Amino acid sequence: MVNLISYGTYIPKYRIRLADIAGVWKKNADEIIGGLKVTEKSVPGVDEDAVTVAYEAAYSSVEQSGVSLKDIGALFVGSESHPYAVNPTSTIVGEFLGLGHNYLASDMEFACKAGTAGIQVVSGLVDSGQIQYGMAIGADTAQSKPHDVLEYTSACAAVAVLLGKTKGIAELLSFTSFTSDTPDFWRRDGIRYPSHAGRFTGEPAYFAHVLGASHRLLKQTKSKPEDFDYCVFHMPNGRFPLEVAKRLGFTDQQLAASLTVSTIGNPYSASSMLGLSAVLDDAKPGSKIFMVSYGSGAGSDAFMWKTTSSLVEFQKKRKSHHQCVFQQNEKKCMIDYVDYLKKTHKI
Amino acid sequence: MISVTGIGITKFGELWDVSPRSLARQVSNAALKDAGLVSSDIDLLIVANMLSGMLGSQEHLGALFSEELGFSNIPALKVEGACASGGLAVHAAVNNILGGQYKRVMVLGIEKMTDHKPELVSSALIGAGTNEERLTGITFPGVYALLAQAHMKKYGTTEEQMAAIAVKNHYHANLNPLAQFHSLLTVENVMKSACVADPLKLLDCSPISDGAAAVILQKTGDNEQGTEVQIIASEVATDTLGVAQRKSLTSLMATEIAAKKAYKQADVSPKDIQVAEVHDCFTIAEILAMEDLGFFEKGKAAAAIVAGKTTLGMSKNLVVNTSGGLKGCGHPVGATGVKQIVEITEQLRGSLGKRQVIDAHIGLTQNVGGSGATCVVHILKKGQ
Repeated sequence: MVNLISYGTYIPKYRIRLADIAGVWKKNADEIIGGLKVTEKSVPGVDEDAVTVAYEAAYSSVEQSGVSLKDIGALFVGSESHPYAVNPTSTIVGEFLGLGHNYLASDMEFACKAGTAGIQVVSGLVDSGQIQYGMAIGADTAQSKPHDVLEYTSACAAVAVLLGKTKGIAELLSFTSFTSDTPDFWRRDGIRYPSHAGRFTGEPAYFAHVLGASHRLLKQTKSKPEDFDYCVFHMPNGRFPLEVAKRLGFTDQQLAASLTVSTIGNPYSASSMLGLSAVLDDAKPGSKIFMVSYGSGAGSDAFMWKTTSSLVEFQKKRKSHHQCVFQQNEKKCMIDYVDYLKKTHKI
Repeated sequence: MISVTGIGITKFGELWDVSPRSLARQVSNAALKDAGLVSSDIDLLIVANMLSGMLGSQEHLGALFSEELGFSNIPALKVEGACASGGLAVHAAVNNILGGQYKRVMVLGIEKMTDHKPELVSSALIGAGTNEERLTGITFPGVYALLAQAHMKKYGTTEEQMAAIAVKNHYHANLNPLAQFHSLLTVENVMKSACVADPLKLLDCSPISDGAAAVILQKTGDNEQGTEVQIIASEVATDTLGVAQRKSLTSLMATEIAAKKAYKQADVSPKDIQVAEVHDCFTIAEILAMEDLGFFEKGKAAAAIVAGKTTLGMSKNLVVNTSGGLKGCGHPVGATGVKQIVEITEQLRGSLGKRQVIDAHIGLTQNVGGSGATCVVHILKKGQ
């Protein structure tokens, strides 16, 4: 059995209102906010990138875990905004954490599901006994071209999860994946902003893969949606997770705790992991959590978690350190569009 | 006489999992089966398409589809006239048969648009305009917005009246299982949709679509089998490529000329037409069509449409765009003109079920290229 030992989250404090972005482009803000079901999004500071936000989340996770750094045998960082095309994010984060040299490090790339792909890889290494503990991080300072529809939701956050075989705050009961070659969203090497295929990113991409992975996990675990206390889905906007939950037969109540997208936006690789973190900040011991990520290109990773009694103490520590997702969400500084352009290095 | 002996059509919409070759096979097989023919019976293949070169880097469609459809070694060619490509291809088929060299001609209208980014599609579509128009940065919604503003200024046409056309055509599309949209609209829905080019809003505009349609035309004698639907007029007219050189922005002269010639050729008048498929690429375009085809006086069409005088179940004289039109059924540009012939053929056969116009005997199609630089009008009648 692989267990979730700890997790850490980081959301930068800067926020921009979607209404302000819409105003710059003379768009109807109510229509955009109503369509996307997002009102604000997080923005990285001018000196923040995928490395720094990944480190913040990783440090928080390690700090609360009680695990010795020398026992962490693997570190995977999933992102689509790695600062370097060649030169790993994972080694920089590992060095600053103080992991030493006796560990496996690698960067992951699979659009918005690179972080959860890391969870599956670490789980395999832990379960096989190859390593004692391993960390998977989803971190992004999400890129979007000004005036592209992505500009309304592309956000910044990072989540780190530490997995091991010792008793943790949740058990990873099962996981699976669903993958195809579906080019709905991409960014070629050397190109600054991603491209996407508009409405094609919906039915044949997000919905086909999230539903595919969900059905596989439900079948694999012989479960039904009503067997779970919570569900978590990747959140490219506020509408898609609502729709996919409804199609699968989950209720709004099962989904509600995970919907971080409305005030944080879509931090790409960190999106579904942040939704999971928000649920874990709130869940009671013995809760079953259904989680499905989505990465363009395309694939979904699905997980079944069950929280343990150790979660209560862990929640207290996160809350006392003001590290809960809702606390990080509330600590914010609103910026205008010009400041947004500066902080994201567009001007 | 020229008869429509076979028809085939696909669903229109976002057909991401279907290739152009598959679409072509689907409609070709359906049309051959409908006509009781096999591929070796076809003498000539005419393909209607606008964008395969610009969007898909694929030209030479005549040979491509002739091979794909198993029409070994027959003449095959592509006809392009922007959004009027389908109508022009049918016109070419009619004339090829009348010329005496071919007896059985298949017209394949096909377009694959949604595989490409919307900005690339918009850019490719304005290829139907002038260089001067392109230099201003305008695209077709902007061009038709100019026509709408001129009509509003001259005749007092309102945005709500234009919205009523989208409402009517979505109502008809709701009855068409192959239409892209099945949602019913209200005037309020249209008025509240995003502004694209003032006064045209999102729901005033036809969509980007994939789809294909095919018809088989044959020369038939008066008492031969397969004469149940006959093409009794096929006329084309052109006008200046751009709107800047037009004498009037409140009518499309190409439609007026093509319609006048078609009525004369068919020996009918506008009041004889019971069902029509017209080119509502934008809602204002259906108002222009109704007036330019002579169905209503200039400046009177909008109020008549609002009053239900072209709506299925409400009108006793003329029903327009039972397929849902370009607005509701979708607008895969090369396929649209052929789809119009398919729809009218089915109306005259009496095979359309819930959207059937009772006792339809004479129907008309109007297919426009660009902002009115090309217009094709066909008149069809129920045969023996």
